[in-house]
Amino acid sequence: MSALLEATDLRRHYQVRTGRGPFIAKASLRAVDGVSLSLAAGRTLGLVGESGCGKSTTGKLVLGLVPPTSGAVRFKGQEMPAADSAEWRALRPRLQMVYQDPLGALDRRLSVGVQIMEPLAIHGTQSPAERRERATEVMMAVGLQRHQFDRYPHELSGGQRQRVVLARALMTEPDLLVCDEPISALDVSIQAQVVNLLLDLQERLGIAYLFISHDLKVVRQVSHEVAVMYLGRIVEQGDAEDLFARPSHPYTRALVSAIPVLGPRRERLLLQGDPPNPVDVPPGCAFHTRCPFATATCRAETPPLRPTESGRQVACHRVDEPALQVAA
Amino acid sequence: MTVPLVEISGLTVDFEKDGRLSRAVDGIDLAVAPGEALGIVGESGSGKSVTWLAALGLLPARARIGGSVRLDGQQLVAAPPRLLEEVRGKRIAMIFQDPSSCLNPVHRIGWQLVEALKLHRRVDGATARAEALRLLDQVGIADAKRRLGDFPHQLSGGLNQRVMIAMALTGQPDLLVADEPTTALDATIQAQILDLLGGIRRDTGMAMVLISHDLGVVAENVNRVAVMYAGRLVEEAPGKDLFGAARHPYTQGLLAALPTLTGPRRRLAAIPGTVPEPGKAPAGCSFAPRCPVAESRCQSEPPLGRHVGLLHRAACHLAIEPGFSAWNLPKAAE
Repeated sequence: MSALLEATDLRRHYQVRTGRGPFIAKASLRAVDGVSLSLAAGRTLGLVGESGCGKSTTGKLVLGLVPPTSGAVRFKGQEMPAADSAEWRALRPRLQMVYQDPLGALDRRLSVGVQIMEPLAIHGTQSPAERRERATEVMMAVGLQRHQFDRYPHELSGGQRQRVVLARALMTEPDLLVCDEPISALDVSIQAQVVNLLLDLQERLGIAYLFISHDLKVVRQVSHEVAVMYLGRIVEQGDAEDLFARPSHPYTRALVSAIPVLGPRRERLLLQGDPPNPVDVPPGCAFHTRCPFATATCRAETPPLRPTESGRQVACHRVDEPALQVAA
Repeated sequence: MTVPLVEISGLTVDFEKDGRLSRAVDGIDLAVAPGEALGIVGESGSGKSVTWLAALGLLPARARIGGSVRLDGQQLVAAPPRLLEEVRGKRIAMIFQDPSSCLNPVHRIGWQLVEALKLHRRVDGATARAEALRLLDQVGIADAKRRLGDFPHQLSGGLNQRVMIAMALTGQPDLLVADEPTTALDATIQAQILDLLGGIRRDTGMAMVLISHDLGVVAENVNRVAVMYAGRLVEEAPGKDLFGAARHPYTQGLLAALPTLTGPRRRLAAIPGTVPEPGKAPAGCSFAPRCPVAESRCQSEPPLGRHVGLLHRAACHLAIEPGFSAWNLPKAAE
């Protein structure tokens, strides 16, 4: 299966000042530090992790919205053109993004219909009448009503606004949709509506999703494959159902066990402390400061992401030790 | 049930807007027993926070509060400010979702704790400082001595929430109202904070009201759950009854709308439509427009809460038999 999207060893480092004054040294914040991923057409890759792990930056990197410090992105086998170049703009209708906060992503002074038509006004060649027709079509597809075309964002509910953002992203019939926390701001009953909608759209239109979220339950619901990030790196990747049922990396295990569930209480791997500051990532395995199984090797050497026999990819020195799996 | 610590009956809250009243809480009856952990779930705008803000007299003047809230028999609705000052912090403390906006950014953590201790316990400076140190220890902050000199912006979200909990404990309250205490925190930090709250309750015997939109958080941390919808209480039961055999279509819908972390993936059963806007609740049952089994009387008569089990109440004309769902069983997604 050839990949629709392929990212190789993506890095994005930011220069930050560590204090005030003219002679303060600058430090390097490694938001994304060597992420490789590949996504086939019509499939969903879930990207999970806690705040500051670099999942949103990864989403922007693969779309070329943020230039990488190093690494490469290929879309349909072609190198991603430089941002703002004519080639990049020509490619943009194929790649769209949906953000968490629909109110922030919409213009309050324009009716939603005008905003939904906007991508075609920018990229398309159709006449205004055709654009309007297409916009109404897409609105129906995402479960909005025809009469809402002339409404303004503040007149709609949160779920409806998220549908507007989704409709706008779908106008150009993209091949890839990067969804950055698309349902986190919504209530449970509305979340379910949008999750079902995303799944239906994928089935009908064959869109691939890069689905970024901190909500493991929702990610499991929509993803074929899941990658877990910690401090700018992927620490574990594998089949969605299998990964949540049998997490291998100690961080994934802690993360999965921390999710409150209905039903019988499960054994919890409670982590100590906060994630380290991304400006000051610990040497060796970045997770060793919070890992209950860390050894001297973990403190000195960064473990590479490598395949295990079950088809999983894990970045942990001790993942093969049977004793470790029992201790969980 | 034992004598309740807090007893809310017929509580209503109306907000005045453009000269019109809009009802946010519409007749809540609810009791909290001493030492009990009660969860309150509901979607945004269901009135779950407003209920407790009203009980503590923390709403702005344009809110009109009716009904009664009794703490150990003492009426809190329309109580004189001096009485409420004695209650707030000392009998009932409250913590909120965003700890950094509740702490004063220009004062050190230690100063803020000492101030609260002086107010609630009338102790002198040295005693207060020693107690502040002990409290930071109790909420699991490492290197507490150094942290006393930190400003809130120097602490992470999880640490700030621990400081807020320490602050809430300064008055040794009988009841802690935790309003979405972990919503702004990452999953691993949320687990730490909930674990801490559980430990404090075991040590002190303090009662807790946990307000949350996350049913998982509530399921794991309370004995009893109340479900709110559009300003009304729709169902109330011990956790295992509510999550195992919900009787109200709204609760059943909420549970079916949740994705799971284990087991086969199935299509989520979404509740159609949206929550009614405040002040625009329908005449009968407020859930009727979204309910799959609503009858004609549901459109006109608001259902009263009635017992469907020993400790199980539901406000539904139909009160579906245990084991049945108002929503068709969802089909497998894959």
